[in-house]
Parts: sequence; structure tokens; C-alpha cells
Amino acid sequence: MLLRHTPKEITPRAALTINPAKTCQPIGAIYASLGIHKCLPHSHGAQGCCAYHRSALTRHYKEPIMASTSSFTEGSSVFGGQANLLQALNNIFTIYNPDIVAIHTTCLSETIGDDVPQIISKAYEEGKIPKDKVVISTSTPSYVGSHITGFSNMVKSMAMQLGGGSSCKKDQINIIPGWVEPADMREIKRLCREMGLNTIMFPDTSGVVDSPQTGKFNMYPQGGVRLDEMQRIGDSEATIALGKFTSQAAAEALDAKYKVPCEILDLPIGLRATDRFINTLRPHSRLKVPESINYERGRLVDMITDMQQYLAGKRVALFGDPDQLISLSEFLVDLDMRPVYVITGTRGKKFLRHMQEILGEAVPEAKVQHAKDAFLLHQWIKNEPVDLLIGNSYGKYIARDEDIPFVRYGFPITDRVGHTYFPSVGYQGGSQLLERILGVLLDRQDRDAPEEGFELVM
Amino acid sequence: MGTILKERKQQVFRKGEDAFAMACERNSAAGSISQRACVFCGSRVVLYPIADALHVVHGPIGCAAYTWDIRGALSSGPELHRMSFSTDLQERDVIYGGEKKLYHALCELIDMHSPKAAFAYATCITGIIGDDIDAVCRQVEAVKNIPVLAVHSEGFNGTKRDGYRAACEAIFKIVGTKTPPEVNKYSINILGDFNIAGETWIIRDYYKKMGVKVVATITGDGRIADIQQAHTASLNVVQCSGSMLHLAKLMEAKYNIPFIRVSYIGIEDTSEALLEVARFFKDEAMIQRTLCLAAEATHKTMSLVKKYRPGLAGKRAAVYVGGAFKAFSLIKALRMLGMEVVVVGSQTGQADDYKRLRSMCDEGTVILDDSNPVELAAFSLEKKVDIFIGGVKERPLAYKLGIAFCDHNHERKNALAGYEGMENFIKEVYASIMSPVWKLFR
Repeated sequence: MLLRHTPKEITPRAALTINPAKTCQPIGAIYASLGIHKCLPHSHGAQGCCAYHRSALTRHYKEPIMASTSSFTEGSSVFGGQANLLQALNNIFTIYNPDIVAIHTTCLSETIGDDVPQIISKAYEEGKIPKDKVVISTSTPSYVGSHITGFSNMVKSMAMQLGGGSSCKKDQINIIPGWVEPADMREIKRLCREMGLNTIMFPDTSGVVDSPQTGKFNMYPQGGVRLDEMQRIGDSEATIALGKFTSQAAAEALDAKYKVPCEILDLPIGLRATDRFINTLRPHSRLKVPESINYERGRLVDMITDMQQYLAGKRVALFGDPDQLISLSEFLVDLDMRPVYVITGTRGKKFLRHMQEILGEAVPEAKVQHAKDAFLLHQWIKNEPVDLLIGNSYGKYIARDEDIPFVRYGFPITDRVGHTYFPSVGYQGGSQLLERILGVLLDRQDRDAPEEGFELVM
Repeated sequence: MGTILKERKQQVFRKGEDAFAMACERNSAAGSISQRACVFCGSRVVLYPIADALHVVHGPIGCAAYTWDIRGALSSGPELHRMSFSTDLQERDVIYGGEKKLYHALCELIDMHSPKAAFAYATCITGIIGDDIDAVCRQVEAVKNIPVLAVHSEGFNGTKRDGYRAACEAIFKIVGTKTPPEVNKYSINILGDFNIAGETWIIRDYYKKMGVKVVATITGDGRIADIQQAHTASLNVVQCSGSMLHLAKLMEAKYNIPFIRVSYIGIEDTSEALLEVARFFKDEAMIQRTLCLAAEATHKTMSLVKKYRPGLAGKRAAVYVGGAFKAFSLIKALRMLGMEVVVVGSQTGQADDYKRLRSMCDEGTVILDDSNPVELAAFSLEKKVDIFIGGVKERPLAYKLGIAFCDHNHERKNALAGYEGMENFIKEVYASIMSPVWKLFR
């Protein structure tokens, strides 16, 4: 389909992105804000941004996604958006009655120079924000970074503006889960519980963007980190931040402000990253690692052992977000697969360094790029094919054109379900992921097998 | 917690109970969770189906990313429109200007893809920093010898309707730039159908059977060369009046081409549309052919209506669409199924549209302009709605309320236009209302 529009020959492109492997900051801020209980994300800008973000999140989560907008007009673009934001806050608390409003900016409000914290102060002074209600904000210019940056910025603002502490340490740890699915957040909490830990997770979108069908529409579903929990994060023994790109900024800011020491880990996707996660939890727990978790690990290793012959040497192309790609690549190496092409649209030299550590010796032929797009990935594949493609739903064009087995992973996934319900983190998540990888590889082998080689037992 | 914002009191009415004066065509109240989009969105959705053109979004990555192939506008040939091209503006571009980047992006892409024309879309940011995209387009046009068209779709500069207008103006620049070897007297342009799920093909086929030549489909399955010759058609047949009426008016003024407004949603409106075109040509044989076509197709579709009507009769529908014109047809189509429309609204309807809506509705029907999820949920529950007809953001809302749903927007998966479309519509509505899932949680 798109095949004929993607030339095999790679020519330098100086000025454009084709088929992006990223999107803009504000949507990340919205997703993070949804992980706060009774929070309404608010977009300070023109109407379209908010409509697009809501639509994109709706397609991925198949849930009603709520966010309000300052509805900039030409006038506000000339005279500034203060009047719009003040009116918006008034309207929001009158009609939608959230506990918290989390404002993010857009390229428009950033460029005209609106000072959002100052406008919020004014709103407090003018009594536009009812008592007991909280308004926080973060800066998310769309022309800097990517959706990952926007997520990270909002998580940091959340920690700084909602966070609190009493200087009296409590038997609890903070978990910053990174941009993962609600099922992943639920799984991370479960693992912590099994380890006997008290945790505060923020943001926490489980129970918000995967709410059950009850026949009732709750504008603010049950999930999300609560304000009273946030007000205790400064008292935690430690912060465990998962994913450098999405969680490090918040964790370090918490350390600086409340002296909560932090450990920055990779997302616990795959065997070794989960090992590191569990090992990091261990000193905070009075329990030994429970047998149940050891068994989960054992079952994943068992599955890898049983199916190694179908995995060995398979060439894999991946695109998506840096934190995910780092852990996924490590997992693939453990599976004896070869992640030969890895592309993220998000900029970050530390991504390249980290990938070099993972792939340098194991897959010396690997090509890894940051701030690049799915078009380049497609061109690489055309020049030397792969056995498996892993990426968001936009990968389906490449998979179809090049006839490659395809595992959907990342954001957005617009054409399948499951990503929000089944975790890919932890040992159990690793098993799920491996099952999906094997599923598409073996389906392909079956499809292509000559009749005499079509095997019942694999 | 109330349901309706103070500022919105004049945008929500109930037929029969209020003095009716819809305060439409105004900016959304700040803070509202509006279902509306922006100017850029309007231009993008209208131009996007032109499949052999390059569509370059001049802005930060989001504007291109969120509009990458999200609208199922099918092409029978090239599919360049399904790719996403962006100048991906960075901070330094915002400071120093993005004109050079746009110039190079257009040149590189034209070299790579040899499109028949290129559209360069302005976004909020390029409007604010003052990039002169017209000048850039002229420069590229001079070097590359294809039409390069600036689309003035700065997001904040109005509503989606203004985006339609900007798109029409961009298209209008190339109309009349090519003349075909022969001109057919019995010829039309199809305006305002976007070939979602192949609907333009269905409509085109009717005209073919009637003996009417379609010069250009604007923009469903659109091609630049056809649009360039569109001025040779005798009539513009405009659907979805919100998006393409402006182009029809421009063409009427410059090329003296009359236009008619039609809808292909539902049996009645489809028949009426085809007959109106046939009557325009004052050709008795064509009128007869059309009457036959309509009678035959109506007969076939009516047998399906009769089959499903007993199950659907008395069911209550909510309709929330982009432009109000579609709502008229949907009310008629649902009535034919014995159903009642109890909530109806649009994102960007105009005063006349709402007057007409009111005259079509039953007493007590709630009529909404620029609504939001809280209102839609509240009225759907109050009116005991059985099915919601809307777009992407309304679907999960309806489902969460335990209400059936039919997408009549970009994400429709079955063609809903014409007689075949009505058949699909009936089956889709029926399947969703009758789904056993609604009994699983009550």
C-alpha cells in the first residue's frame, strides 16, 4: 500500500519528518494528569489540540477521555489567554467539579508568552478556585521534545505542586511507573504488594482509563493517585522511578525538595529489567522475595527454554518510545533474538548510549537512531528485511507492505484490544509478551509451510 | 453540580418549551469540554482525500501526527494522502522562522514523490510567528512546476467551518487551470463527499447509470487533474453543505456554474438528490432512467426496512454530528425505521440549520449546539436514548452509559450513503441496539 510511496534508496532529509514515531508534548501531559484521582486535564490553547488529544487517547483506550480547553480565539492569541483561563477555571469548577485541574500549555500559549502560574495565582486571589480545590500546571511547548517530554514534565509538576511531606519518614515508597498502560501500573502495584511494601504510585491510570462497564458514566472513575497520598510522598523512604525518559525528572526533584532518595531503573519489561526491579524493592521490604514471584520468574524462563529454537537469531525491527525500546531490546537479546533496527522519534543522546550498552556486543550490526521516523525504519527494512516488527498500530503499514509478522506495542494502538488489559511488565507481563511474539512467528511459519512441512507439534 | 454552563444556556433548547433562538456560530465557552476541533482540522479533513497531492503540515509534530490516516477516505489509485508529512518545527524554528524549512520540505518531498500538486497547511504556531507560507508556496511552484497551495488553516483563527473555507479557497485556485479535449453537457461535480468507506464510488455509480458524467469528485477519491477541469461541469452537486458550499459559491460567481444542495443519507434524500440532478438537465430520458433507478433501489431497500422496522420501531435516538445538514437526513432516515430522534445537535450548525432542525423535530426534543460530554450524557439518560449516532469521542461515552452506537463520522466502517448505505445503516443500528451485551450488566 504505502510501499510504492517509500523508496528503497535513502536520501538525506534536512527539513521534514515523514510518518512520525512521536507526537507532541500536551498529550503526554493529559495522560499523566488522568492518573490523578478526580483530576480534569486542561489544555491552555486553541480548541483543536484538546480535541485531537482526546480523540487519540479515546482511540487507544476506548474510554471517554475528559479534558477541557481555554478555547483560544484570534483575540486571545493577540492579547494573551489570561481572560480565557480565568473564565475556564470558573466554568470548570462550576460545572465539572473536579478536585484538581492540571493545566498544560500548547505551542500557541507558550509562544504568545502566557504566564500560567501567575494566572493561577490571580485565579486564587479572585476566588475563582473554590477552597479545597487545587490547580497545578506544567509547561509543554509542542515544538520541544515529544509526548514523552510532556508526560515527564507533568509528572514532575505533579510531584512538586501536589506533593507534600512532614519530615517524619513513613514506612512507604514512591513508585513512578513511567508511561505504561493501566494494566502495567496495576501489575507493578501487585508486585509491590506481594513484596509486602506500602507504595504510593503516581501517576496511576489504572481504574481511570480502563474502567469497567457498569452502565454508568463516571466523569471521574475510581482510580488515580489521591491528593492525600500525594501529600505524603515527601515522607517516603525512597522513590523508585521506572524509565529514565519519563520518570527521572520527577524523582530527582523529589529528592532535592524532600530528601527522598531515588533510584532510576529501566521499565521492568522482560527478565533482567524485572530482576533489577525486584532486587531494588528487596531492601525496602522486610520479607524475602515470595515464592509466588520466584515461580512467576521460573515460568517465564521455562517458556523461553521450551521455545528457544523458534526465537534464535530472528531479526527484529522496533520503533516507539525510548524507555520501552531500551527494556524491550534487552529482553529480545535475552530471547536470543536480534534487535537490528531501533528507532524512536524522541530526541535523546542518552538513549543511544544506553542502547549501545545493550546491543554493542550482542548485536553489533544493530542500527539505532533517535529523533527519526517510521519512514526511515521502513527504508532500512526494504534494504535488509527483518523477521519481526514491534511498534504501535502505524507499524501495520510496514508489516503489510513487507509481509512481516507484527506485534503491536506502544502508543497509539488503535486497531486491537488487550494492550490496556494485559500487562507487559513483570515476569507475567514478560510471559504475555513472549506469547504474542511466538504467536505471530509461529502463525507465519504455519502460513508459509509447504503442506508436507506443515507441523502439528511445534 | 449543574449540567449546563451559564454561557451555554442559549445553546440548549427543548422544542415546545422554550422561546427558540439558538445562539450558535459563536466561540465555545472557555473551560468547556467541547467536542469541537479547530480550523486546521477543518482544512485537513476536507483536503486530505485528494490522493495524488502532497499534504505537508507546517507546524510542530502533533498537528501531523493526530491527522495521520485517521479518516477512512478511500482512494482507487495513489495513496500519498495516507502518509504523514510534517516540518516538525523545533524551538529554533519558532525563534528564527520556519519558512526555509517549509521550502526545503516541499522541494524534497516533491522530488521524492512527484505529486500532482502540494498543499502546505498553516498551523497555530506558523500563524503566530508570521511565516509567509504564500511566498514559500510561490517560490516552490516556480521551481517545481506543479501547483503549490497555501492553506490558511491557523488553528485558533475560528472554528472548523473556517477551516473548510480555507480549504475551499485553496482548491479554488486550481479550478479552471486545465481544459479537457471535450466538454460534456450532462456533467456534474460531486462536492462534499469524502469517500469514507467508499461512499463516493456508490454515488458516482448512480450518476453513471443515469447518464451523467462526473467531472470531479471533490474531494472523495479526488485527483488534482479532475479538480483542475471542474469548471467545465454544468452543475455542482453539494453534499455536507458546511464543508463545500463556499467552493460552490466561488465557482458559481466565477464560472457561472449553478449548484444544488443534496444529501445522500437515507432513501428519500438519495432519491430526491438524484432526481433533482436529472431534472436540472431537463432530459426526459434521463429523468425516466433516474425514476427507474430510484424505484428499483427503493424497493430493494424498503424490503430491508420492513424486515427490521418491527424490532426498531419506538426506539429512541440521539444524533450529534459535525454539521447540522447531516442531522436532517438522519432524522428522516430514522423515522422511516419507526424510530424517534429525542436529542439532536451539531458542533458547528448555523441559525437557519437549527430553525430547520426544530421544525423537523417532535415536541420535547432536545436541540444542542456545540455540546459536551456532560450534557450529552445527561440528556441521553433523561430521554432514555437507545442509540447514539455520533463520532469518535461520543462512542465510548455512549457505551459507558449502556447505549448502542453508530459512527456516522470518519470512523464509519461501512458506507452509509445511498441506498446501499441505508441498508448498512439499518443493519448497524439494529445490531448495536439488539446486542446482548446491554443485558450483561443491568
